Amino acid sequence: MTTTRIAEPAVSALAVVTAALVALPVLAIVVIAAQPAPGLWSHLIDYVLPLALRDTAALLIGVGAVALLIGAGTAWLVSSHDFPGRGLLLWLLPLPLAIPTYIAAYVYVDLFEPLGLVHRTLTLWLPAREALALLPGLRSLPGAIFIIGIVLYPYVYLSARATFQLQSAEFAEAARTLGAGRWNVFRRISLPMARPALAVGLALVALETLNDIGASEYLGVRTLTVSIFTTWLNRGSLAGAAQLSCLVLVIVGGLIALERYGRRNVVTEFSSESPRLTPRTPFKGVRGWLAFTACALPVLLGFIVPLLFLLHQSVHRASVTMDTAVWRDAFNSVIFAALATLAALGLGLATILATRWRPGSWRAFSANIAQTGYALPGLVLALGLLTPVLAIDNALNTFAAWLGLALPGLVLMSSGAAVVTAYVIRFLAVPTGFLRAGFERIPFDYDDSARSAGAGQITAMRRIHLPLLRPALLGAAIVVFVDCLKELPATLLLRPLNVETLATSIYQYASRGSFEDGALAALLIVAASIGPVAWLTRFSDIPQGPA
Amino acid sequence: MSRTRIVATATAVASAIFLNSPAFAQSGEVNVYTYRETKLVQPLFDAFTKDTGIKVNIVSASSGLEQRIKAEGANSPADVMLTVDVGRIAEAVAAGVTQPIKSDALDKIVPAQYRDPDGHWAGISMRARVIYASKDRVKQDAITYEELADPKWKGKICIRSGQHIYNNALFAAYIAHHGEAKAEEWLRGVKANLAQKPSGGDRETARDVAAGKCDIGIGNTYYWALMMNNDPDKKPWAEATKVILPTFAGGGTHVNLSGVLLAKNAPNRANAIKLIEWLAGEKAQQMYADANYEYPVRAGVAVNPTIAGYGKLNADTLPISKIAANRKAASTLVDKVGFDNN
Repeated sequence: MTTTRIAEPAVSALAVVTAALVALPVLAIVVIAAQPAPGLWSHLIDYVLPLALRDTAALLIGVGAVALLIGAGTAWLVSSHDFPGRGLLLWLLPLPLAIPTYIAAYVYVDLFEPLGLVHRTLTLWLPAREALALLPGLRSLPGAIFIIGIVLYPYVYLSARATFQLQSAEFAEAARTLGAGRWNVFRRISLPMARPALAVGLALVALETLNDIGASEYLGVRTLTVSIFTTWLNRGSLAGAAQLSCLVLVIVGGLIALERYGRRNVVTEFSSESPRLTPRTPFKGVRGWLAFTACALPVLLGFIVPLLFLLHQSVHRASVTMDTAVWRDAFNSVIFAALATLAALGLGLATILATRWRPGSWRAFSANIAQTGYALPGLVLALGLLTPVLAIDNALNTFAAWLGLALPGLVLMSSGAAVVTAYVIRFLAVPTGFLRAGFERIPFDYDDSARSAGAGQITAMRRIHLPLLRPALLGAAIVVFVDCLKELPATLLLRPLNVETLATSIYQYASRGSFEDGALAALLIVAASIGPVAWLTRFSDIPQGPA
Repeated sequence: MSRTRIVATATAVASAIFLNSPAFAQSGEVNVYTYRETKLVQPLFDAFTKDTGIKVNIVSASSGLEQRIKAEGANSPADVMLTVDVGRIAEAVAAGVTQPIKSDALDKIVPAQYRDPDGHWAGISMRARVIYASKDRVKQDAITYEELADPKWKGKICIRSGQHIYNNALFAAYIAHHGEAKAEEWLRGVKANLAQKPSGGDRETARDVAAGKCDIGIGNTYYWALMMNNDPDKKPWAEATKVILPTFAGGGTHVNLSGVLLAKNAPNRANAIKLIEWLAGEKAQQMYADANYEYPVRAGVAVNPTIAGYGKLNADTLPISKIAANRKAASTLVDKVGFDNN
């Protein structure tokens, strides 16, 4: 019992520290933003902000619309109909999640560039100049909407699919008895009932779009996030960048509020017995093939085309020049991601455990704070983390000097601790979310039985909770690890001397106009992500009872 | 995995990272923050290490290095900064992250017009901002920068973003030559002649000329040579174009500097100065000129044959400091005329 007496306050303290860590970058941003940025705002207001706000709004709305159309459409097709290839598509539809937005952008620009693959193919039938005129200008707002939308739609697909396949048959049958057609059933029954799920999916799409910097910058779309980057790094104003970051945080807040609004008045009125699920209606003949094409096209554009292109370029470049640095970059990526995963799992467990062991309002509040990191765009997070991290580093040096010791240098920055911390803050929502759901399936009776059998909380934890939580822990670990591998903006700003990761080296190649040299690195990221995305898909296929 | 094994693994991994970090590094090192591509400068640093035994650590980025050094403050590990452009040089000095280099050897090698009067920076090589013209469609072999605004080029010019530092320096030089009002008029004229929204890099500009999107493109001297000699995939882009060295009316060709700076709090100051002097040495200058096809600043070092093939460079005599002084004005002008907008 003594271990419990020490463990409980320790875990609670850890939960609070974790919440404070997540809140730290936001607080730092607000403090930095409070400093004056003289002369900057007149420039921003005259030339930067109107465009940035317009482009950000247009990008968010456009990408949301693309993701909604594709995500909800395909989810409805595979959930309520049978058609050729459906089984295969169930696995393929989420896979564009394995393609980071910035990699999709580099790939598509390369594919559709003048003298590129598509152009050269067209010249088999057309004169070169006419073929040139047919190429879409992907370095534009519409190009960005298409490219980002086609790889982010799975967020909507996954959440919509979970709902569509659980919708009870009775509603649809009642509507059809009243003479409603198939389309009307979809529009007036299925879609409104799926609204909460769609809101969740759309919110994730919007947050990811706002987080993106690689794709927008490369495609020439000057979003607010890109403006933060240039305001700090090109115009040299940290305060101005922080002020723009506050604007982004306001938008993030707005998006979360919209998502809550979208989930209002949730319909959970299922029959008291377990609901009879809607049987899938078969699509035969032409309609079957149309349904197949409609579902296959997003997979083709969002996953297969980028994957094949990266494979082709990697093989081709390997015969031209082989850059061995890619293996060192991969090693760095894996180390950072692994350390962050371990830390995120530990802190996530502490956060959820604190509320499990002793439910209380401030512990629940801490847990909620700990989950908000995901909403922070990586760039804003890095900007907010940089100042406190450097302050600690410099304080350490001052302290060492006062003790008369050799100066350690910038320990947190140069060791990569800053990068790992950023990953943990940004992706902590994953283990806390997974573990919260995992714990909800473990009845409190188990804890009580364990205690009455004389086991302390630590023992109960080790022998009962952890084994039952294994799937949740494993799932969280995989998702965090892959998210870390893909993370670009925070890594770019916080990585130490001599260190490139796969993501940053791809970014560097692309911004110097030779993305094909980074194709192998891009392929490694995508390949590492395929398995976990497919693994996650399993969850969307298990009916979990009324939500 | 048992608990002890997890702990052991975590410790091993953590120490692998920490021991790699310069925080625990021994003396005999120098830390370089560079805007130059790692792949490009690595052979130079390898040769330096071979010559001196001093290890070179690198941070490479395409923007924001001076802001990073500034944020790192008094304990920044930065010793030397390598920049690709006069604008970056000016920004670093303005950010207060540099100190005078103080090297008689360097002062003797680098001509005065390519050095800071206060000693904060020195140029180590030069590149010219030139024209990639279609071999098929462009007959003329000489052109002035002023002429780019001539309506005869309507719909025929390709260029990267007006905010990119290379264009920024060119526009700043234009302001220095003709004043802000004339420069604005000129820039509007150039914009009216563009074949497409400014985008991509200098290599893509050559590609678009080769593909027939535009007749002339604006790019740096070395990209053309790199495509021609080092990249079989892009060789056709260079082959379809010819390089014209443009001039200012009554002046010369706009050149930019890649420069070297000494960080204000350089922890390895002596090694840093060794590296800087080495970079200006004959061997490094020749390596640099051949590896990246730039014009060496040191007298007596041969220009690479590919670059020499463009014709004799008549570099503009405008002091570099005057170009730097007009940078902000050039940047604002680009925004003002909406150069990068559709």
